[in-house]
Amino acid sequence: MDGQGTSAAAAGSAPAAESYVDLVAVDKSFGGVRALSGVNLSITRGSVHALVGENGAGKSTLSRVIAGLIMPDAGEVRINGTPAILHSPRDALARGIASIAQELELVPSLTVAENVFLGSEPRRGGFIRRRALRARFNALVAEAGFDLKADAVVSTLRTADRQKVEILRALSRRASLIIMDEPTAALSGPDVQRLHEVVHILARRGRTVLFVSHFLKEVLTLADTVTILRDGHLVRTGPAAAETESSLIEGMLGRTLGSVFPAKPDAPSGSPPVLEVSGLRAPGVNGVDLTVHAGEIVGLAGLVGAGRSEIAHAILGAARATAGTVAVRGERLYGRSPTVALRRGVALVPESRKEQGLFPDRSVTQNATLASLKAFSVGTWIRRAVERRAAADVLTAVTVRATRNSVPVSALSGGNQQKVLFARALLCRPCVLIADEPTRGVDVGSRRAIYDLLVEQAGRGVAVLVISSDIEEVLGLAHRVVVIRSGRVAAELNGSDMTNQAVLTAAFAEQAGPEHPEAEKTPL
Amino acid sequence: MTTKTTNAGAPQTRDERPLGPQQRTRVTDALRIRSWRSAAIVVPFIVLFVVLSVTSGPFLTTSNLLNIADQQSAVLIIAVASTLVLIAGGIDLSVGATYALSAVVSAQVAVSHGVALGIVTGMALGIVAGLINGIVTTFFRVNSLIATLATALIFSGIAAKLSNGNLIVLTNQPAYAKIAQTQFIGVRMSIWLTLAVIIVLGLLLSRTTNGRYIYAAGGNAQAARLAGVRINFVVILAFTINGAAAALGGIIDTSRVLSAQSSSGGNTLTFLVLTGIVVGGTSILGGAGAIWRTVIGVLFIALVGNGFDLLGLDPLYEQITLGLILLVAVGTDAWSRLRHT
Repeated sequence: MDGQGTSAAAAGSAPAAESYVDLVAVDKSFGGVRALSGVNLSITRGSVHALVGENGAGKSTLSRVIAGLIMPDAGEVRINGTPAILHSPRDALARGIASIAQELELVPSLTVAENVFLGSEPRRGGFIRRRALRARFNALVAEAGFDLKADAVVSTLRTADRQKVEILRALSRRASLIIMDEPTAALSGPDVQRLHEVVHILARRGRTVLFVSHFLKEVLTLADTVTILRDGHLVRTGPAAAETESSLIEGMLGRTLGSVFPAKPDAPSGSPPVLEVSGLRAPGVNGVDLTVHAGEIVGLAGLVGAGRSEIAHAILGAARATAGTVAVRGERLYGRSPTVALRRGVALVPESRKEQGLFPDRSVTQNATLASLKAFSVGTWIRRAVERRAAADVLTAVTVRATRNSVPVSALSGGNQQKVLFARALLCRPCVLIADEPTRGVDVGSRRAIYDLLVEQAGRGVAVLVISSDIEEVLGLAHRVVVIRSGRVAAELNGSDMTNQAVLTAAFAEQAGPEHPEAEKTPL
Repeated sequence: MTTKTTNAGAPQTRDERPLGPQQRTRVTDALRIRSWRSAAIVVPFIVLFVVLSVTSGPFLTTSNLLNIADQQSAVLIIAVASTLVLIAGGIDLSVGATYALSAVVSAQVAVSHGVALGIVTGMALGIVAGLINGIVTTFFRVNSLIATLATALIFSGIAAKLSNGNLIVLTNQPAYAKIAQTQFIGVRMSIWLTLAVIIVLGLLLSRTTNGRYIYAAGGNAQAARLAGVRINFVVILAFTINGAAAALGGIIDTSRVLSAQSSSGGNTLTFLVLTGIVVGGTSILGGAGAIWRTVIGVLFIALVGNGFDLLGLDPLYEQITLGLILLVAVGTDAWSRLRHT
């Protein structure tokens, strides 16, 4: 293996590996904390370069330095060998560097072509030349090597296709290094495949891709070169071929991680059903029957957009059910609002921390107790000491690491924020716990803690429903897997039937040909 | 208003926090910015107070200060209640109209049916007006800015119609004056009432479940809903309290001058209220803010006005000064959010 930061480590086949971007001894601090210290890195032209590390290791900071979003405190960025000062993304773009944001920045009401050329439309006297726009789009698509409908309105596209729009936009501005921050975090199954395909195409056509990912398999299959970061330091850069999942984890953690999943307790036999869903219909849900028993962990697998989160929301009453029933502990839940469901013991850890879960400015304590305030109140008056104590207990139990529980929750890491949401759910003393994508954007260390939590809750007799796009996760955790496709139960897998293959087959069954992205768009 | 979900805070880099000992420094750093933000309005307030005390002899006298408080009582009460609406993620542009409507109707009823009924009718009208605002913005899903703009037109139209635009004089009902003008330990009732409203609403916001829910509804409506918060109830509650506060403000001012007119209050009052809230540092984006901030914000503006009077400055510049203060306040808020990022 090569030494640190040498560029020779690129894809073996590349002749005369030429360095595109070099970072030399880059430091960056935020408010006195080193996010990057003394990082040396070379990105070879035409390579696919992955950055891995735990949350807080400095991956995003590093990619933002290269993208011109932040300036390093010390050290140098060299582009094509000459020192460059990137004040802004515009400066970076002028040198061929574009970044695809984690939160995509598209105008949803405009079409694909309009978004791609937004701000650089061909125009004459203030009017957009539509035909020229189309021609340029076609040329661009041909050059890029992947297809998208020019007239599709962006709001109707799935996330993977929106990412393609962003990539096309970058290419339209002559970007030759494309930075992607966790591009597949919000994708599932075929979309991930499709994005991988796009990355391959980009690389084949001589473009350079720098991506940040939590998915080690993805890193290993996609990248030519991998850089591991830990606590702002570069651990090593080397060819992906020389790494394995465990070598990456070891590098990221500085130690080896035990088994990823906790030991599965035996599936309870003969325990009563706690959650019974039958014939449930709601927007995106087309007749679902589902039962979860006390102490059982059921995994809901399927593609993003298959209707898994919609099922959760319909059970909770956050989305209005048009038909079917939900019963909790044998009693029917006339689910009109989450308030009612929560009172009956159904708690949800939502899919998106930022949008559906957290109140960033409020304290950790207040975020944890929001759903169970009544338990700490006399009438409407909150007994703050009781609240603080209860929050402290449960936050310790779910291993949230915060200096004090009075700090705003936004000061915590992604993994700890997720645990705060678990704390919120657990404080409601649920009998049904629904966890939607519980480990998305969570670092390796916290991931295990969250798995432990779910297993522990099941051990206490809670009916646990885990929704996840990560098949390994579903298989590793659940006693039983229910695969959802187009808002229906496509398969129910038990015991030895629970295999990667079986889940994928069921999830994709009707969509054998993934060549046409539009073909499998599910109505939402 | 339900569309205002997340604040600008907590961007992706925030997730990038190390778990190790480094976290401590980052957290204290976040705290430092926060406390700096907290101090934002307090410092200029104190500076202005000291400057006025030094430059103007009559400023630091009990009578002047009590006078300011008395004059500001209506604005303070309404601003404090409007703070709830803003934190809940809404905005209420109808407070000026509700104030005028309640004042006019209360005065008219007092003239014809006595003071007690006058007060009750005025308060009831305010509560109904607030309820209407709340229901329109929640169940009918009309953006609160537009909804209260519309109801403001309606309420002030009704007030003008009912009074024919005339000044209603309460000389035959001197008892009406007692509401605000009675003195208790040398301080007028208007001030005591204001103090009571500040304390009650302050406690409601910071110490009760509904206060928490108000922050939650304005901070992240979707998350609040999934956490079982009845957002519609909370928002209607905030608007209703605000309507009642506007009515109380109208009644107090009517009592102070013993007359009411449909043209008083109105948009000028509404904007004064919003200016006070924003200068105090409550975010117009919802989800953040506090009652004490609004109190200081309103008093700060009052001090500026008082200073112009006492120092004999051209009142023409007062508005310009207020505008500049507002811009600086909002700019500071935006800038500190940016820094947060």
